[in-house]
Amino acid sequence: MPKFTVRENKSTRQGFGEMLVELGHENPDVVVLGGDVTGSVKTDLFAKEFPDRFISVGVAEQDMICTAVGLAVAGKIPFASAYGEFATGRPFDQIRQSIAYSKVPVKICASHCGITVGPDGATHQSLEDIATMTTLPHMTVATPCDYLETRKMIRATLTWDHPIYIRFFRDNTPVFTDEKTPMIFGKANTLIEGKDVTVIACGLQVWEAVLAEEELARAGISVRLVNMHTIKPIDRDAIVKAAKETGAIVTAEDHQRHGGLGGAVAEVLAETVPTPMEFVAVNDTFGESGGGAELMKKYGIAKDDIVGAVKKVLKRKK
Amino acid sequence: MKPDNPANSDIPNIDELSEMARQIRRDLMKMLLISGSGHSGGPLGLSDVFTSLYFHILNIDPKNPKMPERDYFFLSAGHLCPVWYATLARRGYFPLGELSTLRKINGRLQGHPAPEYTHGVPGIEVASGALGQGLSIAVGCAIGLRLDKKPNRVFCLMGDGELDEGQIWEAAMTAGHHKVDKLIGIVDRNHCQIDNRTDKVMELEPLPEKWEAFGWHVLECDGNNIGQFISTVEQATALRGKPTVIIAKTFMGKGVSFMEDNYKWHGVPPNEEQAKQALSELPPTKFGDFIEFEWEKTPVEAEVK
Repeated sequence: MPKFTVRENKSTRQGFGEMLVELGHENPDVVVLGGDVTGSVKTDLFAKEFPDRFISVGVAEQDMICTAVGLAVAGKIPFASAYGEFATGRPFDQIRQSIAYSKVPVKICASHCGITVGPDGATHQSLEDIATMTTLPHMTVATPCDYLETRKMIRATLTWDHPIYIRFFRDNTPVFTDEKTPMIFGKANTLIEGKDVTVIACGLQVWEAVLAEEELARAGISVRLVNMHTIKPIDRDAIVKAAKETGAIVTAEDHQRHGGLGGAVAEVLAETVPTPMEFVAVNDTFGESGGGAELMKKYGIAKDDIVGAVKKVLKRKK
Repeated sequence: MKPDNPANSDIPNIDELSEMARQIRRDLMKMLLISGSGHSGGPLGLSDVFTSLYFHILNIDPKNPKMPERDYFFLSAGHLCPVWYATLARRGYFPLGELSTLRKINGRLQGHPAPEYTHGVPGIEVASGALGQGLSIAVGCAIGLRLDKKPNRVFCLMGDGELDEGQIWEAAMTAGHHKVDKLIGIVDRNHCQIDNRTDKVMELEPLPEKWEAFGWHVLECDGNNIGQFISTVEQATALRGKPTVIIAKTFMGKGVSFMEDNYKWHGVPPNEEQAKQALSELPPTKFGDFIEFEWEKTPVEAEVK
């Protein structure tokens, strides 16, 4: 029997755009910055509802980041949004100095992250953003696994008084979490209990891991599935507990293997409970054009890759 | 407030302000000598601008740096911070004695400025140092204040060499597009940057026309003339419908003969001999120095000690 019911397919970016409108109604200090891709990142919904609190800066991400900082200094709650690469790579220096070092609680919300952005090709596939953003002191980094979790996460940013980076995705993907599942930054959600191995996943790989667990369960392997929606600050307790109780870990993410979720988990394990581990991630390469699902398969971050990694790590388990 | 504080009057007391500016120049020479690193030229050139801002123009309260009604000031060219520190200390934001901790470990006077809640001192809103970011921040701040229908002014001081940064022009375009008034940009037009004269590194002219083309009011003045600078800011404050930029013509190293108008003084401190020479050209003021070096003490005083 399936452990999750897929109610519909809907995009994480849609969850972001809709929640901004809700928050806009609730809090007059919420402002949104637009960098000309508002239809894609869904901030057009907010712009339509609150034209005065929507600030267009043109295709100028460096300016957008710092304009958001100024709005925050003036007491506003700014959301700055663009595609992942252009929200983090282009204005890295601005984020480092004016947001992170200055400790200004701007919310950087990026859509079109990961290889699944697909046909646009490697220039638009943000596969380094977890690495660059987690390396910054004071920065929180989180990524939702579906539409519903995106909504909760965006709402939670209102009371999160730190600089934060949230990465989400373009494609319509299964909505499989429910309203009751909590979303607390820094507190991982164990979606499935298991005793042989733990898969720690984030973003769209959480659903891939759900599919992998079903297949592995049929093969008699008991998989624990942890949704590590916050990569920084990472939930050390959940990682240590999983390592102690299951003795083998697989991480899964739509990001380069260097500096991503896998590295963050490995850092915790290395200094607590050294544990056999496998990494499901893009393997130090740029992507290419193609469909999101095709690319996940070709670049080794889909369900079958998680299944393979689980089998591999179990051979190494003492 | 002390009766001789030039910030006490609505009408600028140019003599008092000039004396304070000279004192800040003395402070700079001493700070930089103690520090052994830091920028001399730009800060000396801006002493008149900073004195005018903090002792006459800005609506601020050093005892309540986050006062909601405050005028916001952003220093985009963070390397100019020695003059900001000296001015903030003279205005009462933090103890004068702290000026001897510039660039020292465990101090708050970072080589480039940081806000109080990271490493820095009160009166600094955000960090700067990587160039080109301050104007965008000032634009965002002015838009935020306008959304709340607040009357606060927002100032942003940029170096002229800094205008090479593309982000400045992104911000200029954003401010022009949104017709952000109550925003006053100040360009320190000293024609010098670290490598050479600005026209050798990257031609900026026609500079006023560039700002005008981006939708700004443009005013020009002598940034080493306190009276002229203050009246230009008053003029800028009255302008509406667009942001305003003041191109303040200054001399790098102003007040110290061998540093004046010489780009080689952009990023270096004086050695002891040079500091002695500089201080001899900047007579002591009634405000008093924050530190007295051994070699400054008169023989009589030395004997008493």
